[in-house]
Amino acid sequence: MGLGNLKQLTPFVKEAFQQTLLVAKFLCGLHVTNTYLCTFALTQGPSMLPTFNLTGDLVLAERLSTRFEKMQRGDVVLVRSPENPRKIVIKRLIGVGGDTVKYVAGPGNNDKEHTIVVPDGHVWIEGDNKFNTTDSRKFGPVPYGLVQGRVFWIVWPPEDFGSVGREVQ
Amino acid sequence: MGTVNFLWNLTKNYFTFGLIGLTVSDRCASIVPVGGISMSPTFNPDDDSSMRSLTRDFVIVEKLCLEKFKFSLGDVVVFSSPANHKEKHIKRITALPGDLVSTPHYDAVLIPEGHCWVEGDNHAWSLDSRSFGPIPLGLVRGRVTHIVWPPHRVGKVERMTPKSIASF
Repeated sequence: MGLGNLKQLTPFVKEAFQQTLLVAKFLCGLHVTNTYLCTFALTQGPSMLPTFNLTGDLVLAERLSTRFEKMQRGDVVLVRSPENPRKIVIKRLIGVGGDTVKYVAGPGNNDKEHTIVVPDGHVWIEGDNKFNTTDSRKFGPVPYGLVQGRVFWIVWPPEDFGSVGREVQ
Repeated sequence: MGTVNFLWNLTKNYFTFGLIGLTVSDRCASIVPVGGISMSPTFNPDDDSSMRSLTRDFVIVEKLCLEKFKFSLGDVVVFSSPANHKEKHIKRITALPGDLVSTPHYDAVLIPEGHCWVEGDNHAWSLDSRSFGPIPLGLVRGRVTHIVWPPHRVGKVERMTPKSIASF
């Protein structure tokens, strides 16, 4: 291959490089938006039943209030499961560090009420469907570092489209 | 007009660079300084308070392990403190789920599913699982692979197997 051929190739290489850079930039932008602003999440299972459907909803979760510690009691949060770090669960925030939380360990068959003080830097999370959920009543308070975001909008299905409130409807 | 154009281009370049840098440091690896002597002699072996900022070790933290959260015994990891999520600690994993750990305060602790036991190499000067118990693996933010600074200590961080695990 002579020098002339190489010269002919240069624009192609340049073009290819520019296109790759564009794609890379796009992917980086996507990653940053996903990690620092907001992300989509798919709900699964019965643990949040009146709020989210059994079949799975597509929800929007934002990361800002987690980062700046603006979480409030009642917020629906994404939490990395303490039992399996590969899994992210959606639960409702019941208490933050320093709160006294009252809960029933096994509603239905054992109605004894327990009281616990949430340690500093931890949160207490519970599913809305008290009868079928794995939450803080089983694994105790979880460190704040596991909270990944706050769910604020249901995108799909269309009949549920709208914001997610702080109270169970 | 030329200045405005120049400034605009500069901003654009900085922005792109920041975007790519942030992604790489989140997804692949980043370089962080190690503070304190809890991991001595692996990091900061000769801590001299007058020269602390100069003799501090800088290490590479790789993030690829966060895709699967698979760790081995003896890995040095960065994790957010369970008591205060803004603090990051560097410790060594000395036990994984299912292992039994003997501690000075309790007889033996069985590590629950999805948790790990972390200890500093400098047992006398370390705040670790011996005081706050097993931590969820989800708190781990990366694995330390290499030391890059100071120059005479550049090298790989070795996996070391712990001695304090009760064998059953």
